[in-house]
Amino acid sequence: MKNNKIFYFVVILIIAIFFVLLLGLKEEKNYSPQSDFKKLNSSISLEELYSGKNIFLNDLLINNELNLINIWASWCLPCKVEHPYLINLNEKFDVNLIGINYKDNLENSKNFLSDLGNPYDEVLIDKDGTKSIELGAIGVPETYLINNENKIIKKFIGPLDLDDYENIINLIKK
Amino acid sequence: MKKITLIIVILLITAFHSNISFADQKKNIDHITKNLRCLICQGQSVYDSQSDFALSMKKLIRNKIKEGNTEEEIYIFLKEKYGEWIVYEPEVNKNTIFLWGLPLILFIFGGLLIIRKVTIK
Repeated sequence: MKNNKIFYFVVILIIAIFFVLLLGLKEEKNYSPQSDFKKLNSSISLEELYSGKNIFLNDLLINNELNLINIWASWCLPCKVEHPYLINLNEKFDVNLIGINYKDNLENSKNFLSDLGNPYDEVLIDKDGTKSIELGAIGVPETYLINNENKIIKKFIGPLDLDDYENIINLIKK
Repeated sequence: MKKITLIIVILLITAFHSNISFADQKKNIDHITKNLRCLICQGQSVYDSQSDFALSMKKLIRNKIKEGNTEEEIYIFLKEKYGEWIVYEPEVNKNTIFLWGLPLILFIFGGLLIIRKVTIK
């Protein structure tokens, strides 16, 4: 009788573990950025692309405007795909657009901007990619929307598409 | 002559000491990066990966150690940026209590079963 109880207990336990593991399989296994708003690290300073001056990222953020930080590189093909959206955003809307050039050859990045147009109000360089990690980036392109409290309110991983573009416009108009 | 010998001895001691501290630092970086998940190539740790992300991460950790940050402080910093997902060894909280507790429960249960069987015999 007791042995039977133990047997049923073990069977039920195994079935329970099986379902827990099955539920675990359904979970998203790829990294997705956290949705909670994080304040921008105020100690991040980067070199400006053209002048070579060191600038604190926080000093470039405009308080009564939405700020957009875009991490890009001239060697990154998806960055070319999203570039027209950035040009449009800068031309048509009041948005402070800051570009962070990621692990790039400086001449190539300058050529990229002179060939395709420069949508950025400021272009900073991250030579070794460590500053982008301090921002929470995993690669290029990535775009962060920052509100007037210097909090990252939205992260776009990968190239911006039409949906993202419209999403940003809606947030600017709010 | 004595002065030259003294200088050589000092230089050798300095070189030996810096070699040891460099080896310690490398060991520390390796230990931390082995517990970090590469978010680009998720089957690999940051230590194993050669992706741009992992290379930058290794450099950032080296800088943080040089600045005097402890292993725990580095994990806290990275968890704040990327969430709990970045570390291979999850901390004990309400979401992971089952994960940490189940092996212990099974171990105790199994142990009790064996003890019971042995004492009955």
